[in-house]
Amino acid sequence: MTGIGALVARDLALAVRRRGEAGLTLAFFVMAAAIFPFGVGPDPLLLGSIAAGVVWVTALLASTISLDHLFRGDLEDGSLEILVLDHRPLEGVVAAKCLAHWLATGLPVVALAPLMALLLNFDMDAWWVLVLSLAIGTPALSLAGSVGASLVLGARRGGALTGLVVLPLCLPVMVFGVGAVEAALAGRPVLPHILIEAAILVAGAPLALKASAAALRIAVE
Amino acid sequence: MPLRLHSLASPARFDRFARRILPWTWVLAALLIPCGLLWGLAFSPADYQQGDTVRVMYVHVPSAWMAMACYALVALLSASFLVWKHQLAGIAALAAAPVGACFTATALVTGSLWGLPTWGTWWVWDARLTSVLVLFFLYLGYIALAGSFDDRSRGLRAASILAVVGVVNLPVIKFSVDWWNTLHQPASVLRLDGPAIHASMLWPLAITAAGFAAFFAALLVVRIRSELLAWRIEALMRRRSAGAA
Repeated sequence: MTGIGALVARDLALAVRRRGEAGLTLAFFVMAAAIFPFGVGPDPLLLGSIAAGVVWVTALLASTISLDHLFRGDLEDGSLEILVLDHRPLEGVVAAKCLAHWLATGLPVVALAPLMALLLNFDMDAWWVLVLSLAIGTPALSLAGSVGASLVLGARRGGALTGLVVLPLCLPVMVFGVGAVEAALAGRPVLPHILIEAAILVAGAPLALKASAAALRIAVE
Repeated sequence: MPLRLHSLASPARFDRFARRILPWTWVLAALLIPCGLLWGLAFSPADYQQGDTVRVMYVHVPSAWMAMACYALVALLSASFLVWKHQLAGIAALAAAPVGACFTATALVTGSLWGLPTWGTWWVWDARLTSVLVLFFLYLGYIALAGSFDDRSRGLRAASILAVVGVVNLPVIKFSVDWWNTLHQPASVLRLDGPAIHASMLWPLAITAAGFAAFFAALLVVRIRSELLAWRIEALMRRRSAGAA
């Protein structure tokens, strides 16, 4: 367990020191959400009705564009090989990397989501549902992302390919995340959506860890 | 049966098997598809509500069936490639995927052509349509990933993992989009209490579907053989360049 803690601490330190890595993702999230009113027009009613979806989609995109750093640095400097050869289970290593990725990119997005929702004329009575659905959903995005990031290691084209691989995998969690917010806005019970979203996270986590570990083993061969 | 299938893992034996089976699949496809389509498009009754537009079904439904069956096949072959390390299973999955993607595209295009006269729109974000679209994206991801590595076998293994992850994810996607929105009619052929369409429409549909399956089998065998040749050429060239150095 100490190894995993150390790994999380190391990845977080790297994210902070490689200036901008976490900050850039957050800036992308803010900018991408803020660009929507320019695209669809400033009508407050329209913006209010799409706000939850816009925040969720931009959170998904922000998570996806930050995936390139998840394993690439470790592959290039050779530390990934040591992690694979280590006696600790590789799935734990992947879990640690996902946790660090979420803390560096997911958590700030969750924290800033109410602000972006406010700018998009979201009905702020439901702000806590938006935050809750993102708090459960973004770890799932990081986990699904780790599958894509580990699969494309060593590929000729990186970024766009990761998106192509990851986005379909993220669909279910987003459907229920946005569903929870929509339910809250319509005065329907929120809990079923949140519970299914959490169930997808819990059931998907072992699968994602297993698949990422298998992909990493192939990558360092 | 599993033993028999495993014996096909040797490329040489597969090649003999392919030579024997290939003429039959072509003949079956050449007989069944024109027969089923002619029956369906010209001689089957028009629908009492939809009129002649119902005839899109004879292309649309078999394509959609093949799209799903082919993804199941890709996932199955990928899993057996990852478990038993039979290179041929992985190569077969690789050969099947583009054909499956084409069937998916056909299902999507014919579906939207059918949607305009019946629903009044080319496209709606209905659950069935959306899940077929996501299936198409999964195919694209698999094909793109397999082709993105300089080392073919490396790409094949990465793509195989993705195919297995995708097939586990597919029911969840299906469930979530069902929850999300539904307009498409519920299944009317593959039901436990028997099909809900009349035999005069079911027969041409079944014949076309069987023809599509034979066509798919023929294409698959041809594509596997050409993939095998491509791998062998690459191996030979690598050996040659190693010998020259």
